[in-house]
Amino acid sequence: MSAAPHTLLKPVIVGAGPAGIRAAEALVAAGLRPVVIDEAARWGGQIYRQPPEGGFVRPKSALYGFEAGKADAVHRAMATIRDRVDYRPRTLAWNCEERALDLLCDGATEVLPFSHLILATGATDRVLPFPGWTTPGVFTLGGSQVALKFQGCAVGRRVTFLGTGPLLYLVAYQYLKAGVEVAGVFDTAPFDAQARAAAGMLRDPATLAKGLCYVGWLRAHGVTIRNNVRPVRVEGGERVEALVWTQDGREERTPCDAVAFGLGLRSETQLADLAGCRFRFDAMDRAWLPERDPAGRSSVAGVYLAGDGSGIAGADAAEAAGERAALALLEDAGLAFAHERAATLDHKLARIAAFRRALSAAFPFPDDWAGAIADDTMVCRCEGVTAGALRAVATTGQAREINRAKALTRAGMGRCQGRMCGAATTELLARALGTGPDGVGRLRAQPPIKPLPVAAEPASGGSAS
Amino acid sequence: MREILDCDVAVVGGGIVGGSAALFLRRMGFSVTLLERDWCGAKASGVNFGGVRRQGRPLEQLPLSQRAHAIWGRLPELLGTDAEYIRSGHLKLARSEADLESLIAYRERSAGFGLDLEIVAGDEFRRRFPALGDRAVGGSLCPEDGHANPRLVSPAFARAAAAAGASVREQTPLDRVERDGDRFVLLSGEALEVRSRFLLNTAGAWSHRVADAFGEPVPLVSLHPNMAVTEPLPRFLDVNIGVEGGGVYGRQAPRGNMVVGGGRGFALDADRARPQRDAVLTLMRDAAELFPQIRHAHVIRCWTGVEGYTPDRNPIIGPSRTTPNLFHAFGFSGAGFQIGPGVGEALAELVRDGRSSAPLDAFRIDRFPPDTTATP
Amino acid sequence: MALLQRVAERGRRVVRFVLDGRPVEALEGDTILTAMLTNGDRLRRSEFADTPRAGFCLMGACQDCWVRTEDGQRLRACGSFIEDGMRLVSEGEWQS
Repeated sequence: MSAAPHTLLKPVIVGAGPAGIRAAEALVAAGLRPVVIDEAARWGGQIYRQPPEGGFVRPKSALYGFEAGKADAVHRAMATIRDRVDYRPRTLAWNCEERALDLLCDGATEVLPFSHLILATGATDRVLPFPGWTTPGVFTLGGSQVALKFQGCAVGRRVTFLGTGPLLYLVAYQYLKAGVEVAGVFDTAPFDAQARAAAGMLRDPATLAKGLCYVGWLRAHGVTIRNNVRPVRVEGGERVEALVWTQDGREERTPCDAVAFGLGLRSETQLADLAGCRFRFDAMDRAWLPERDPAGRSSVAGVYLAGDGSGIAGADAAEAAGERAALALLEDAGLAFAHERAATLDHKLARIAAFRRALSAAFPFPDDWAGAIADDTMVCRCEGVTAGALRAVATTGQAREINRAKALTRAGMGRCQGRMCGAATTELLARALGTGPDGVGRLRAQPPIKPLPVAAEPASGGSAS
Repeated sequence: MREILDCDVAVVGGGIVGGSAALFLRRMGFSVTLLERDWCGAKASGVNFGGVRRQGRPLEQLPLSQRAHAIWGRLPELLGTDAEYIRSGHLKLARSEADLESLIAYRERSAGFGLDLEIVAGDEFRRRFPALGDRAVGGSLCPEDGHANPRLVSPAFARAAAAAGASVREQTPLDRVERDGDRFVLLSGEALEVRSRFLLNTAGAWSHRVADAFGEPVPLVSLHPNMAVTEPLPRFLDVNIGVEGGGVYGRQAPRGNMVVGGGRGFALDADRARPQRDAVLTLMRDAAELFPQIRHAHVIRCWTGVEGYTPDRNPIIGPSRTTPNLFHAFGFSGAGFQIGPGVGEALAELVRDGRSSAPLDAFRIDRFPPDTTATP
Repeated sequence: MALLQRVAERGRRVVRFVLDGRPVEALEGDTILTAMLTNGDRLRRSEFADTPRAGFCLMGACQDCWVRTEDGQRLRACGSFIEDGMRLVSEGEWQS
C-alpha cells in the first residue's frame, strides 16, 4: 500500500477496552483520528468497566483490586486522547459489508466506511449447560462481576461459584471482600492440573501470586473449595435454592440463592466473520478464531484483530495487541511507526502466550461434559433446544456439521446467535459424531450480530465527529 | 480406489426438486443416485421464505402447482414430518383499487384451476384481517395455500429418498459429466464415478453448468432474495401475506417469529450471497408499515440465498433437446418451493413414461432465442 | 423477593418506576436489570417454556434480558438505564 495523506485514512476501532484504547492511542500518536465504536456508555471494556456516571463513589482500588493501577492507566489513556478520536459510545456495530460498518446508536442506523478496521471486540464467559442453568439466580461469572463492579450489587445473599479459570477465584474473592457469603467454590478442574501447571505459570510470577492470594484468602475465610467438581443440577423453579454437584462420584447439595458460573472465556468473532476474515480452529480455546499474524493482521487487507476477541489471552495481552495492531496498520499504510516498540510488543505478546498455555492447562475444559449431559437438558436458552434434539440430528445422520444442526434444530438461531450455546452445540455434535470439536465446522455469523429494532431509522446528517 | 455406482437415474442437485424426484423414482422402483455438493436442501430450497403458494403463479404453472398441492397434503406420510406446514391461506394484498382489479382479473383467469380464490375488500377485509395495517384496500385469499419451514421440508425429501433406497451423496460436487454410448458418466473428483441411464439436472442456480455440458446454453442469472426474521411475538397473523405488484411479503411462523422478505441481497461469489444493508433497512420499514404489530420488535437474523432466474420467470422443465434421457428442472425464478415436489413427480414420470401427465410445453429449454439474456 | 442484593453504592438518588403495575424504587445509575431484580426475581418469561428468566451474562451477549414496557417497547435490561416514570412488565405476554 502506498503512503496516503492522513486525512484520507479512515481507521475505525470496534471496542473501547484495553485493546481498543491502546490501538486508538497509537493511531492518535501517529496523527490519525480514529473512530472508536463501543457498546458501553463509558470506556474501559468489560475488565476495566467503569461504573455509570453520577453518584457512584467507590474508588478504583475497590473496583479493580490489584488491577487498579492498570485500569486507571487505561482509563487515563482514553481520557487523554478523547478530543483526538471520534468516540461513539452506546453504539453497536451490527454488520460489516463492503468495507463499511453498520452502526446502531439511540435507535438510529448509520453506515460508517473505513479504510482500516481494528476489531477489539472482547470476550464473554464460555458456558456449558446443566440442568437448571436458566433458573433466575444463575449468572455467568463475568456477569456476577459486572453486577458487583458496575452496580454495587451481589447476584445473591449466598452465592456458589462454579466452573473453572482464573475468574472463578477472582470473582469469589471479590464477593467475599464485598461481604457476601460465598457458599463454595467448585472448580471443574482436577487439583493436580493446577499443581502440574504451576511451573509454567511461574513465567508470570506476579499473576500467579495474585491467583494464590485469592485462593489463600478464600481458604482463610473458611470458604469451601473443591476440585474436579461436576454440576448435577440447580434446584428451585422460580429461583435458585441449591446447587447439587458431584466430586469424584459423590453427590452433595449446597443451599444457595445464586450460582456464578463460567468455564473460561469465548471470543466475540461475529464482526470478523462478516468482514470476511478467514478462520482456523484453535485447539487451546477449542474454538474457531479469525486468523491473525503476530502483529494482528487478519486475512483481509486492512482488517486487524486485537485482544480477546480473536483468542483469549487476557487484559495485559490485549493492551499490547491493540497497540501492536495499530503499529501494523501504520506500517501497512506507509506511515512511520516505531519498529523497536513493535519488537518489544511482539516479545511481550509471545511471553504472555506461553503463560496463557500454562493457564489453560491449569484450568482444562471439562471435555467429558458432552458425553454426560442428559438428553432433556436445555442447551440453547433462546430457542429451548435440548441436548437430545442435537444428538438426534447427529446420530440419525441428518447433521454432520454445526450449521446444518442449527437449521434443523434451531440451536444458535435465536437472539444470541449461538454465543451461549455454540460451545455446547459443538461439543455435543462432535461427541455424537465421534470427532473432535474441530470436526463439526464453524457456526457462521449473520447480520445483525445483535438484535436490530425494526423501527431503526437511518441517522439524519453525517457523522458527528 | 474409485467407487463406481451403476444406477438407472442420476440426480444432480439435492434441493426440493431433486430430492422429491429421487423419492418418487424410488417409489416407482428405479435405482437412484443423488449427488449434492453441499448438504441436501441447504441452498435456495432450504433458505427460501417458506411460502407454499399457488396463488399468483402464471397460469401455465398451475397444473403442476396443483399436483404439488396434493403432495404437500401428504407430507407426514411421505416425509415422516409435517415440517411446520400449515394451510393457513395465502392473502395477496391490494394497495390500490387498480391492484384489487388485477387480483379480481387473476381470479377470473385462474377460475378453472381449483384455487378457490376469494376477493375480500372494504369493511369485511378489516373485520377478517384486523392485524393488517391500513395500507391494503383488500386482497385475494387462497384458503388452501399456506407456509412451511423450508429448513425442515427440503432436507426431508432427500432423507426420505435415502430411506427409500436412493444413494444420496452429500458433499459430493459434480466435476465432470458426459454421455458415453447410452449412459451418462458422472465424476466427482477421483473418488466417485456414477453411471446411469437417465440424468436429472436439478442443480438450481448452478444448473446451467450441466446444461452447458450438453450443448444447451440457457440464459440463467442468479438473484438473491433478502429476508429477515424477528424475535418471537405473540400470534397475530396466520395467513401468508404477499402484495400485488411485489415488494414485501411476510408470514408468522408457528413459534411466533415474523419472517419477512423483500429486496435483494448481493453475491459474495458464485456460491454465496449476503443480505444487503439498504435492502434490510427498507424491508424493515416496509414490513413495519404492513404489519404494525412488529413495530417494537427486533430483527434477529437476516439471510439470503442463490436462486436461478430465467428471462420470462418461468422455469425450465422437461427433456433436453440435445441429449436423450436427460431432463432439466431449474430456473424457478424465486418461486420453486411450493411447486418443487410436483416437478419432482413430473420428472419421475418423464423417466418412467417418457412424458408427464402435466403440460410442460411452456417450460421448454429451447424457448429462448439464442441471444436472450436474463436480466435482474 | 429481590434477586440482586445491594452491597455498595447506596447513596444515589432514588428513581421511581412501575413494575407490573406496582410503584417501586431504584437508584440512579441502575440498569433496568438491576432496578427490576432488586424489586423482584425475574425479568421476563421464556416464550417457549413459560419459565422465568432473569438475565445471564449482564454484558449484552446472551440476549436473555429483553424486557417490555407497558406500551410494548423492548429494552435490553442489562444495557439500558432506569428512568423516572418507566413502566416495566415482567409478566409473560404469551397466553399459554
